[in-house]
Amino acid sequence: MTPVLQGLLTIIIGVGGCVGYFYASNIILDKVIFPAKGPQTGRNINRANKVRPWLFLFPAMFALGLYLVYPVVGSFYRSLFNRAGDEFIGLGNYANLFAEEAFRTAVFNNLLWVLVVPAMATFLGLLVAQLTDRMAWGNIAKSLIFMPMAISFVGASLIWKFVYSANPDIGIINSIRDSMGLSPVDPLQIPFWNNFFLMFILVWIQTGFAMVILSAALRGIPEETIEAAIIDGANPFEVFFQIKVPQIMGTIVVVWTTITILVLKVFDIVYTMTGGNFDTEILPSYMMSFMFRDDGRATAVAFVIMLLVLPVMIWNIRQARKEMR
Amino acid sequence: MADLKLTDVEKAYGEVKVLSDINLDIQQGELIVFVGPSGCGKSTLLRMIAGLEKITGGTLEIDGMVVNDIPPAQRGIAMVFQSYALYPHMTVRDNMAFALKIAKKTKAEIDAAVNKAADILQLGPYLDRLPKALSGGQRQRVAIGRSIVRDPKVYLFDEPLSNLDAALRVATRIEIAKLKESMPESTMVYVTHDQVEAMTLATRIVVLAGGGIAQVGTPLELYDRPNGEFVAQFIGSPAMNLLPGEVVETGAQTRVKLDGGGVATVQIPTTDADKGLKVNLGVRPEDLIASDDEDYLYQGEVDLIEALGELTVLYFKPDAPDANPVLAKLAGTHADLRGKTVKLKADPAKLHLFHNKVSLLYR
Repeated sequence: MTPVLQGLLTIIIGVGGCVGYFYASNIILDKVIFPAKGPQTGRNINRANKVRPWLFLFPAMFALGLYLVYPVVGSFYRSLFNRAGDEFIGLGNYANLFAEEAFRTAVFNNLLWVLVVPAMATFLGLLVAQLTDRMAWGNIAKSLIFMPMAISFVGASLIWKFVYSANPDIGIINSIRDSMGLSPVDPLQIPFWNNFFLMFILVWIQTGFAMVILSAALRGIPEETIEAAIIDGANPFEVFFQIKVPQIMGTIVVVWTTITILVLKVFDIVYTMTGGNFDTEILPSYMMSFMFRDDGRATAVAFVIMLLVLPVMIWNIRQARKEMR
Repeated sequence: MADLKLTDVEKAYGEVKVLSDINLDIQQGELIVFVGPSGCGKSTLLRMIAGLEKITGGTLEIDGMVVNDIPPAQRGIAMVFQSYALYPHMTVRDNMAFALKIAKKTKAEIDAAVNKAADILQLGPYLDRLPKALSGGQRQRVAIGRSIVRDPKVYLFDEPLSNLDAALRVATRIEIAKLKESMPESTMVYVTHDQVEAMTLATRIVVLAGGGIAQVGTPLELYDRPNGEFVAQFIGSPAMNLLPGEVVETGAQTRVKLDGGGVATVQIPTTDADKGLKVNLGVRPEDLIASDDEDYLYQGEVDLIEALGELTVLYFKPDAPDANPVLAKLAGTHADLRGKTVKLKADPAKLHLFHNKVSLLYR
């Protein structure tokens, strides 16, 4: 069978299956379970109508359950077992994690990431959005700043590996140091600060995202409120911080939390740049280092990450909903 | 509280001049209304006074000081916008207090000013609400309150009632009139396209057209003695009828023979040289009365009737298909006139004569 035929067949079976499911399930509901005849016609119709929405919701709920809820529960279950998966050890993996120095470093570093990256990316995005607003070449500047968004995290890491290179002929930092007569250093090996060099890569990528969303939000501010503020005597800073920013606060929060969630998931940058060495480990890359070697440990880390993301996620969804209203 | 003087003010966007030769002397305590068709530049002129648009020529003086290059906040003006322009994230109190906070006034001063303005505008119960929890009329009152708090020399209103529904518009218009009365010292400039607002509120009206001032005068001056066909037709609703004709007798009174066959005696003096002059006779629909005299001014077949109860508007069949129909506004109900031929006349004192679109009174 050719792939084309296979594809067609899949489509026909899939779509036909959906139609067939909805048709058949409704028929069964109306004719067999609650038939609209006999002494209880009215009650049966009402009951059928109460059940009907669930017939339509069922496939989606089933798929989400299979691919979202089950993995969560399954991961948690797996995290309660040992490395081989054959011995139940309760919260042993978690206890081991918290006892381990590397895990605590990863949590601390991750905390830094969560604090710094969303704040920096949102702030810079807002700054760029404001500065390029209504400027002749603003759109060119914006597309340049947006471009890193199109690069994969690994690709970006490669670019920055060159920037941070210890070789003064390649890395810009060491090239500058060299021109000043200083000996080369490897920025990625400077303890503590190397975290920030890594964070900067993600800031570089995410600023474009923040800028695009915030730029649209700034454009949505009614012009008259700004003119009214100017007449009221506000200087540009007061207009920006007291009139513009409060009006787009909802959007700022959504951008901020969206980037926060992303930060808790990105392992690529640390994984490619330092491999977690020199005290740069963060939770996702820490998890990667256990994957397929100690799944009990890895799923325990995954579960910790999920617990950390969850509150931000809930807040993000709430804010986004508020924005839509 | 100040005079406002515009001398040869003009506005150009690059090569395109949208306003030129604007000369105006606004006295302290006046309420000046700018009216004009859309696109005539009335809002632009107001925004130039406010300082939101650059003045590209001429000078603007407030209180005897040239303010062309002075930023809006230091001009001593306050502006009320059509869209209210309230700060959506601030309560009514904070909206009104914003300018004073920026000016670093003390809390006691701010509270006193805000409470006073809230009293005048009956906003007391709403001070801690956000703008979105207010009705349109209340929002507009907050916007006015925001101006009052600043105690400006000149109030600027940019179509403040346009976003309100009809009933509220009338109510708010009366409120603005009362507000003006309670502050007789303050100077106000008010932009509108609604001539009822202009007629009822204005001390003087400035009619803007084609990038310049068409006429300045008190509302009734403009109504009774328009200087040209544009103002004549712009002020008053429905618009003044213009009937083409020719001067046949001159003197203290002028007799005009109209192309439609009618004749009219007008109380406008003319000289012998005017004999045979092609003119347009202007007569307002409300000045026309039905008549059976030999000496009629206009006769025509009634094409359409609008019976409004207290009066009836008659639309006469135009002579040419694309000509404007003659309108007459008769008191009472005349629903039976449709399709009939009616003769009309008017009081000679209420007729106007225009030659080349200019009134013979203003030659």
